[in-house]
Amino acid sequence: MERILDVQHLKVNFATFAGQVQAIRDVSFHLNKGETLAIVGESGSGKSVTVRSIMGLLANNAHIDDGIINFKNQDILKMTPHEIENLRGNDISMIFQDPMTSLDPTMPIGKQVAEPLLIHGKATKKAALKRAEEVLELVGITNAKNRLKDYPHQFSGGQRQRIVIAMAIVNDPEILIADEPTTALDVTIQAQIIDLMKELQHKIDTSIIFITHDLGVVAGIADRVAVMYAGKIVEFGTVDEIFYDPRHPYTWGLLNSMPTLKTDAERLYAIPGTPPNLLNPPIGDAFAPRNPYAMAVDYEAMPPFFKVTATHYAATWLLHPDAPKVTPPTAIQQRKAEYRALLAEQQDQHNTTIDEKIGDDLDD
Amino acid sequence: MGKYILKRIGYMILTLFIIATATFFLMKLMPGSPYANQAKMTTEQIKIMDQQYGLNKPIVQQYWIYMIGLLHGDFGTSFQFNNQPVSYLIASRIGPSMQIGLQAIILGTGLGILLGAIAAIRKNTWVDTVATFFAIIGRSIPNFVFAVILQFFLAFKLGLFPIALWDGFSSSILPTIALAMAPLATTARFMRTEMVDVLNSDYIELARAKGNSPWQTVAKHALRNSLIPVVTIIGPMAVDLMVGSMVVENIFSIPGIGEQFVKSITTNDYPTIMGLTILYSTMLVVVILIVDILYGLIDPRIRLSGSEAQN
Amino acid sequence: MTDHSGKIQIKPASFKPVAAANVDEQEKISAPSLTFVQDALRRLRKNRAATVSLWLLLIIIMISVVSIWWTPSNPNAQNVAYANLPPKIGQGIPGFSGQANVGGRIVDKYAQAKVPKGTYFILGTDYLGRDLFSRLMKGVALSLLIGMLATLFDLVIGVPYGLISGWHGGRTDTIMQRIIEIISSIPNLVIVILMLLLFTPGLGSIVMAMGLTGWITMARLVRAETLTLKSQEYVLAARTLGESPIKIAIKHLIPNLSSTIIIQTMFSIPTAIFFEAFLSFIGIGIPAPNASLGTLLADGQKTFRFLPYQMWYPAAVISIIMIAFNLLADGLRDAFDPKTQE
Ligand SMILES: Nc1ncnc2c1ncn2[C@@H]1O[C@H](COP(=O)(O)OP(=O)(O)OP(=O)(O)O)[C@@H](O)[C@H]1O
Ligand SMILES: [Mg+2]
Repeated sequence: MERILDVQHLKVNFATFAGQVQAIRDVSFHLNKGETLAIVGESGSGKSVTVRSIMGLLANNAHIDDGIINFKNQDILKMTPHEIENLRGNDISMIFQDPMTSLDPTMPIGKQVAEPLLIHGKATKKAALKRAEEVLELVGITNAKNRLKDYPHQFSGGQRQRIVIAMAIVNDPEILIADEPTTALDVTIQAQIIDLMKELQHKIDTSIIFITHDLGVVAGIADRVAVMYAGKIVEFGTVDEIFYDPRHPYTWGLLNSMPTLKTDAERLYAIPGTPPNLLNPPIGDAFAPRNPYAMAVDYEAMPPFFKVTATHYAATWLLHPDAPKVTPPTAIQQRKAEYRALLAEQQDQHNTTIDEKIGDDLDD
Repeated sequence: MGKYILKRIGYMILTLFIIATATFFLMKLMPGSPYANQAKMTTEQIKIMDQQYGLNKPIVQQYWIYMIGLLHGDFGTSFQFNNQPVSYLIASRIGPSMQIGLQAIILGTGLGILLGAIAAIRKNTWVDTVATFFAIIGRSIPNFVFAVILQFFLAFKLGLFPIALWDGFSSSILPTIALAMAPLATTARFMRTEMVDVLNSDYIELARAKGNSPWQTVAKHALRNSLIPVVTIIGPMAVDLMVGSMVVENIFSIPGIGEQFVKSITTNDYPTIMGLTILYSTMLVVVILIVDILYGLIDPRIRLSGSEAQN
Repeated sequence: MTDHSGKIQIKPASFKPVAAANVDEQEKISAPSLTFVQDALRRLRKNRAATVSLWLLLIIIMISVVSIWWTPSNPNAQNVAYANLPPKIGQGIPGFSGQANVGGRIVDKYAQAKVPKGTYFILGTDYLGRDLFSRLMKGVALSLLIGMLATLFDLVIGVPYGLISGWHGGRTDTIMQRIIEIISSIPNLVIVILMLLLFTPGLGSIVMAMGLTGWITMARLVRAETLTLKSQEYVLAARTLGESPIKIAIKHLIPNLSSTIIIQTMFSIPTAIFFEAFLSFIGIGIPAPNASLGTLLADGQKTFRFLPYQMWYPAAVISIIMIAFNLLADGLRDAFDPKTQE
């Protein structure tokens, strides 16, 4: 599969009064053409900083210490500001978290949606507005033609997020980055926006990085998932692997804290404790203090990635051959069982052979 | 919007009525003689004068006459200036005041916007420090001190400008600069704060994410959004200008209403003081109203919401 | 994304499970939280301009306090023989040598006036032969006094007005706001001047006149703040528990308003100093023979072209005081409202 984006060993620090905040500590991942990659993790884990590095939109006090971000075999980190400007809104575009504040309140929305076309010289003013109208229709703004001259405050929150999405896709970008596009919206609107994103996945040919701290959203939309904790990716794999065969205790925690049909909302699980202070991150596994399965080694050395399958890796010492076998929380075991059933079903239906290895691994 | 403007005009008229009434009765309480040479006048003469000015009538009647007069643009007659009508005094003197006032506000706000915007864009650099320093100086040093310094160095020592005479544009330059300092400082400071806020906002980040260069972002998005609120400080600035014009006109011997006001105060010329007080208040109230309407017109959030602006 | 697991050598003993989650301990380690005021003061101390201004103002205030009991000479004593002497600190100090340029010739004015040896006027004398340094000391003291007294009105009228207006809301608020609107649509200078015409000029009437108009801004700020505080949970709680409004004001509102009030006060003092100077400059301020910054400037301006030193020093002093107050006020505002500073 063609890798459209390849991030390697990214390290980002922020200079603050109190010292250097090590927000991203050696992050590597890639994005295949046409796929949707979800990045999940608690608040402050570094999801936004990661994607902002890709966009070249980090705050002034940020410093990229190390790393390569290859976009179509060109390192974005080595580009001139002007070259990055040519990428933004053209090859790579972004949807922000809060639609209430991400539109210019004093500019008609038609103009705002058409703006990326004009900046990158893709169309004349008239053609750009025509295209803006089309895209607005595409994202579900009814009667778009007559609303081009309206201002953001004349739209609801959900509509505004649709407009922001229209702005992001108007130039047919290769990569669309959505940084928590639904967090600021209320639940019903959230679902609508997610449905819209899913619809767009089919209609336009774009690779998507979808950031969220809500794993529930991920299942329906992502092909692969990367789990971030304290400035590092701790586990990544296909969406099925992460949901039904998670290996990192942090992923277990995240999955457990996800509301499902079976759990009643009042007894929702929350991972105890708080993420570490990134001013001086721990030497070992940053999750250790919150990890009920922590071992001495977790405080001594940072766990490397252990291979689970060709597509599934997790950075936890529990996967070391010398580590004791632990029993994951019951809910996680249930997931595995469900997955096995699902696999069996699929096998029956399509009569295809599933990689035996995954099935084997489910037993431990 | 229309209803709102009407309501505001209603309030404005009420305000002016209250001001005129208060001024009138305050003037009646004033000590001191209204006539320049009363000491030399006999009681008989005073009586005649009182009659001439209508000062012998019951106070309520005087008030009535005065208010009716105001409606016709009649501010009464000056006690000091050879019985000139106050309205004539105002008319003959408002020109120079308006000229330096407008020049000062254009110069001050123009430079202030520029300075504030640059300071915000180059926040926490030496450019910002220099701009902030100028703003502090402009805000702190009293404008009459400025006026005297300008006059001393540029007019007296270097002879670049006339010292104290009113003769066309060249003589208006120094007073304009002296008057412009306060609005310049106020605007620069306000603009910087607004612009810093705007530059930190999400939509500016989104504008960058669309591929705008930093300067395009400022020109297309940041500038307009930070300029709109600047309109609101025009009211307070107008007050500064009125106050400033009184001393600056004095220092540069400009025959304007500010100079007239100071002169009237020192000579107890009550009708003129009263007339000018009402004039100043009217100008201020009108400026505030215009600013309000203007703000509603240029900010789409207010223009299109149709609801009333809150105060 | 390569598998590094082989590269690290780990002892099997390392894989002993560790007692779960010492979460509490971890939370204790996190940085000690400073209280809001401590934090603000720390930020203020970091602001060099504000700190220097604070020290400068403290020194000026101290000198002013001294001037109540002692000045180099009597500030109001006239000695026409010594009129218009230039500044002198010693022989040969440029600008302070007691010499003046008269018609192109350098003249020792002190010798001309037959001033006894050893008698120096470090800032010179005015047209009545009064010692300008002593007058400046007294003048600064008077201006500062006016600034502070006028600001007292901000506190006495503005704060309660804003509190009541914001707290009551509804009709009371509307009426009180209308009153403010009317007052603020007369340029307050005009009100001050009318007041001064009504009362005999002097310290008391100037302070009164300025005080009666100056509280508006304070009232507005306090009202706005009260409106937001009113809906805050702890205030709501106190209200439901039936605490009296006065008690709530003292216990919950005033402490939260204090930074706003202090900062506004810091802006009010220089405004009052400016107004005094302005009024004295146009001749309706502090009556002769008393000195204030305004009267010194007014006297100096009359002869500025020929005896510029008589205006320079008061002009410099008033500018320094104004700048210092403004910088300090800015610093305080930034310190207490970190978002303006980022
Ligand atoms: N400009 C900055 N200066 C200092 N620290 C920063 C800055 N921006 C981000 N950080 C720090 O970097 C870390 C990662 O932040 P980031 O915004 O990427 O989190 P996130 O995963 O996107 O969280 P959220 O879900 O809340 O959006 C946090 O610890 C944050 O405090
Ligand atoms: Mg984020």
